[in-house]
Amino acid sequence: MAGGSSIDVLGQFELHPVLGGLGEALRFSQSPLYMLVAVCLVLAFLYFGMRPAAVVPGRFQAAAEVAYEFIRNMAVDTIGPEGAAFFPFIFTLFFFILAGNYIGLLPFSFTFTSHIAVTLALALLVFLLSVIVSLKVQGFRFFAHFMPAGASLALAPLLIPIEILSFLSRPVSLSIRLFANMVAGHVMFDIFASFVVMLAGFGVVGDVFAIGPIAINMALVALELLVGVLQAYVFAILTCIYLREAVAH
Amino acid sequence: MGVMMKTVRAGLLAAVSGVSLLAMAAPGAYAAGMPQLDFHNPLVTGQVIWGAVIFLGFYLVLSRVMLPRVGRVLEDRSTRISNDLDVARAAKQDADKAVAELQQARKDALAEAQANLQKALDEEQRAAEQKMQEINARLASEISEAEQRVAAEKSRAFAALKDIAADTTQALVSRLTGTAADASLVAQKVEGASAHLSL
Repeated sequence: MAGGSSIDVLGQFELHPVLGGLGEALRFSQSPLYMLVAVCLVLAFLYFGMRPAAVVPGRFQAAAEVAYEFIRNMAVDTIGPEGAAFFPFIFTLFFFILAGNYIGLLPFSFTFTSHIAVTLALALLVFLLSVIVSLKVQGFRFFAHFMPAGASLALAPLLIPIEILSFLSRPVSLSIRLFANMVAGHVMFDIFASFVVMLAGFGVVGDVFAIGPIAINMALVALELLVGVLQAYVFAILTCIYLREAVAH
Repeated sequence: MGVMMKTVRAGLLAAVSGVSLLAMAAPGAYAAGMPQLDFHNPLVTGQVIWGAVIFLGFYLVLSRVMLPRVGRVLEDRSTRISNDLDVARAAKQDADKAVAELQQARKDALAEAQANLQKALDEEQRAAEQKMQEINARLASEISEAEQRVAAEKSRAFAALKDIAADTTQALVSRLTGTAADASLVAQKVEGASAHLSL
């Protein structure tokens, strides 16, 4: 973390192989490890929540059901009747990102959503899925989307490149939004945590002033809890919107 | 209060100095490069492959096992609720029907009772009328009988009156003249006198 006068805020994003040589050979860093942890937590939440399978749910089961119904309603309301087919995918996406964002808030853990490789992979997955679904549902009419209906043909040379560009920028904006939010939040955590260590070097006065950065970090945790769920929601809802365009006839 | 103010002031100081320190620290950090953009590191690209495997596994477990389980519970609940509602609706319909039947029965009973009462009243009235007629007839016959008896008594009295008159006449004649009057003559005279009377 803090090394002398300079603050290494990016060190927290470094990947290290787990399990020594085996991890290095398998390219298995703490990022996939925390993906596994996140996935297992979500599955455990659903498994233990739904184990009673009671008609009148307890708190835990009600939470699992709320998660299910929230994503299901989002998928069906946004995509339309075809949304039911995409619901497991949206659910997977939302909870993969949400669990990744939230696990990263625990001290000494790692936020895999702070890696552009991961978020870009997810965004490209969504992008490719929407393109494949579009081509399958709409066939060659898919390319008609690049010419807005009702626009005059004279504007076509201007509009078509813009539309293509905006279409291609979707995975970029989708991935960078999540990546940047997560990186910014964790850099802030690191900076204010470093101040605590640095102020501690100034003796009693520093100890008193160190309350400030700690308080700010506490507030930042609350903010990051909001950002974490918001970014997962934004990712999921944008995926739903792209898929709605894809299934529209 | 004072401690709170001090905390806020310290926080503000830390935030302001933090921003400037970040600006100082940033070039150095960027010079080192963001670990996320170090695509030569096999671990950076490795997490995409591992991520794909984990994401796919997550998707399969969710879509095949977990989500259908949750969906089944929710569906069971909604069918159970709708069944219970149907049962309740049927019960309510039965209850409504029973209430309607009860009301109809009450109305019928009321009408019947009214009819019975009317009939009883009519019968009673008719019986009373008949009795009254009978009484009237009996009274009329008794009156006529009494009248006949009075008439008979009257004629009998008138018949006796001649004898009384003859006796009285004889007694008067004998008291006045001292000699007894001829009985047949007196009878003849009484008969003659009574003939003038229209009795």
